[in-house]
Amino acid sequence: MLGYLTKRLIQMTVVLWVVSLIVFMMMSFTGDPVFMVVPIDATDAEIAQARRILGLDQSLFVQYVKFLTSIFEGDFGRSYVFRQPALDLILQRMPATLEMVLVAMALAVVISIPLGVYAGAHPGSRISKTIMAGSLFGISLPGFWVGMMLIYLLAVQWGWFPSSGRGDTVEVFGMRVSLLTADGWTHIILPAVTLSLGTMAILLRITRAGMMEVGRQDYMKFARAKGVAPRDVLFRHGLKNSLIPVVTIFGLQIGDLIAFATITETIFSWPGMGKLLIDSIYRADRPVIVVYLMLVALIFVVINFLVDLLYTLIDPRITLK
Amino acid sequence: MSVQKQALLEVRDLKTRFYTFAGVVNAVDGVSFSVGRGEILGLVGESGGGKSVIGFSILGLIDPPGKVDDGEILFGGVDLRRKSEKELQKIRGKEIAMVFQDPMTSLNPLQTVGEQIDEMLRLHSDLDGKARRARCIEMLSDVGISEAEKRLNNYPHQFSGGMRQRVVIAIAMIAGPQLIIADEPTTALDVTIQSQILKLMKQQVREREASMILITHDLAVVSQMADEIVVLYCGKIVEKGPKQDLISKPAHPYTQGLLGSIPKLHDRQDRLTQIPGTVPDVRNLPQGCNFRERCPFAQARCAEEEPEQHALDAGRSVACHFPLEQELAP
Amino acid sequence: MQGFLKSEFFFNYRRSASAIIGSALMLVFAIYVAFGPWLVAQNPHDIASLELLDSFKPPAWLEGGDPRYLLGTDGQGRDILASVVYGARISVMIGVTAMLCSCLIGTVLGLLAGFYRGVIDSFIMRIADIQLSFPSILIALFLMSAVGTGIDKVLIALTAVGWVVYARTVRGSTLSEIEKEYVQAARVAGLPDRKIILKHVLPNVLTPLIVIATIQVGTFVLIEASLSFLGVGVPITQPSLGLLVKNGFDVLFSGLWWTSAFPGLAIMMLVFGINLFGDFLRDELNPRLK
Repeated sequence: MLGYLTKRLIQMTVVLWVVSLIVFMMMSFTGDPVFMVVPIDATDAEIAQARRILGLDQSLFVQYVKFLTSIFEGDFGRSYVFRQPALDLILQRMPATLEMVLVAMALAVVISIPLGVYAGAHPGSRISKTIMAGSLFGISLPGFWVGMMLIYLLAVQWGWFPSSGRGDTVEVFGMRVSLLTADGWTHIILPAVTLSLGTMAILLRITRAGMMEVGRQDYMKFARAKGVAPRDVLFRHGLKNSLIPVVTIFGLQIGDLIAFATITETIFSWPGMGKLLIDSIYRADRPVIVVYLMLVALIFVVINFLVDLLYTLIDPRITLK
Repeated sequence: MSVQKQALLEVRDLKTRFYTFAGVVNAVDGVSFSVGRGEILGLVGESGGGKSVIGFSILGLIDPPGKVDDGEILFGGVDLRRKSEKELQKIRGKEIAMVFQDPMTSLNPLQTVGEQIDEMLRLHSDLDGKARRARCIEMLSDVGISEAEKRLNNYPHQFSGGMRQRVVIAIAMIAGPQLIIADEPTTALDVTIQSQILKLMKQQVREREASMILITHDLAVVSQMADEIVVLYCGKIVEKGPKQDLISKPAHPYTQGLLGSIPKLHDRQDRLTQIPGTVPDVRNLPQGCNFRERCPFAQARCAEEEPEQHALDAGRSVACHFPLEQELAP
Repeated sequence: MQGFLKSEFFFNYRRSASAIIGSALMLVFAIYVAFGPWLVAQNPHDIASLELLDSFKPPAWLEGGDPRYLLGTDGQGRDILASVVYGARISVMIGVTAMLCSCLIGTVLGLLAGFYRGVIDSFIMRIADIQLSFPSILIALFLMSAVGTGIDKVLIALTAVGWVVYARTVRGSTLSEIEKEYVQAARVAGLPDRKIILKHVLPNVLTPLIVIATIQVGTFVLIEASLSFLGVGVPITQPSLGLLVKNGFDVLFSGLWWTSAFPGLAIMMLVFGINLFGDFLRDELNPRLK
């Protein structure tokens, strides 16, 4: 167990290191950030000074070493635009994003798994075919467009929901949470539904595929030969087996939700870290982009690790090694 | 041995078909046989001969595109085909149990062996938790698993193939069924383990005075185990009768062919003979006798007319126009 | 042809409503991509052909609609239908080209990894592993933010996220293919590696790629649309469907829904068609699922 943890920790560090390298390299290709901080009418001397202050006059290697060391010191640089530590900016906005991702994930799981189990258990039926066509439809939808149409119909035309923003929040352990107020819920519903559609469709399809795969297994027929009722065969013997592939992609799906949250937040003016990323890309606010990517990479790596742990809880055949 | 036994299971003119893209497959085509109480019946034939389908047909476990189209399956005098799914659930496992071919896949990998044995008692007995547990331990020791109490909490992957098949047998036996259908129970196992498992099954069946249908492609296995033998070819019975007679004096060329491919210990044999050719495409059977293209004795009549089942002496019957060295019954 | 019409594939195709609908949608888009400029009256990229007086006309069937503009017009008096047709050409072209690039690069890398094993293999596969643990959209977004907008840059970004799936699939099939006797025999006979790979391995690893490639076009269209929607995809001078939706977003709150609704609908139908057909192909070409 300890050996496993050490191994995983090293692996995770290597991945994060590779990510930092790629992020740094790509960022140095992009335009000159010095023009983001100097006034338009700055003289060459002023530009050169700004360059020195930002450390942009040194070689790439030196810049990278500095970048790495400051990361280890917890200093991710300051936003060129907000003149605040970039990490603080992102951390302030992270709860809003996580909240939306969480609601979207919950929606997706609650709706897709029962439907997927049904469709997998009755592959030929009309209802299953409708479910599957619906899920294919869900995969094909451009999420940003769905969000816009929801805004137009439910917010602009009929006024059932607010079209943007986060609404009232309550402070819990220093984080602002909107799930505890009714107003917060009315604000989060549309973005969360928009965000969850793709994941819903994918989880549904994976659950169904898992269920169908399991349906072909001998132990399912053996269970029936034991006299187990078809429903119980499905749920007691089938479901858990069919959830293994679902767990595999669960981590990836959370990643997808965080990624797509950038778009959803942009449409709904949701004050999360995704919108901050997009804004920062427009403004070439390099430190914020870098912190965002490093932080998200860390989240993904941790989620993957947790998923692997979850695996061993479900499947006794898998041991940590 | 030949005391008149009352039939426990009687299958009459069973027809099971599969409706596939490429056409209708007559997997079981008008098969009739009976199993007496306490009797072991061997169902023999090459793979693809519809043997397993018979087992699943009896339990009502044929899935689409397959369907039992015709025939009666009388179990204790009652036709199982007329039973509802609910009634069949009470019979499966409790009255008729099944042992599958591959113990690697017939156990649920995510449940402990204990849970899977216990499930039978939860379904088919009124025992409380404690009594059930005791019963499970007892059963596991009965099938030769040591430290049964500890092993209950193990998962299937922690057992070897032979041990898993013992677990499967324990599951099949624990509710005290009257009939066990064993579908190639040793095919997936190492040769050395095979005879242990067969011995165990025979002993368990005899001890409990249960009956068994042993489905196999291996006539050698059947000759060790069975009282009666039914030989199938392309979904039809070609020959049936008591083991001794059938093995010593096969009437159908196909049976003889199967026997020829068993190595014998005492007779001098220069080489094993093999049946030439392969099983024909079941969707596109030849006219006349299905076996004629592989039969060394085939004649013109075999190509025109399909042989009917007719009785020989001593409870035997054969479906062949020219049975081997037998006197026809009057 | 006769053989194809009698094949199981065609038999199942005729019986599968989703396959027929999917391929019909794909066909409609293919026609518009090929002949679009001759099918619509206006060239929306040609400013001279625009009538500013006709700006923000609703679809023809609504009050104030103009029969010349079936789906209405945008702020510059551009016919939405014409914009959608031209936009679809750009979207489809990007999707297909990026798919071909990904397929080519991924297949080559997969063949190399599977055939030579060793360091090349571990290197390529580690990169693939790391990349696969991040969502494609995020990688593409990041690349675009680094290199700036442009069709060529979108193609680079999409190829960068798309090659992995081919490389992994091809590597897997190559590994099992080179174990087979005829490849072993060819190696023993001293056939050069290049010949073995091209003549013996490659033809046998291509089938699964058909399904992946089909579905990937749909995925790429969606990713491109998202990037363009965020303003980091195609330039405004070459608006894809995604960029048209973005342009419509700016006026959505004024109730001018048609400027964004129809381009989005077009994306949806295109991708849905591709996915329907891809799904059918997957069932047909993957015998394990039958």
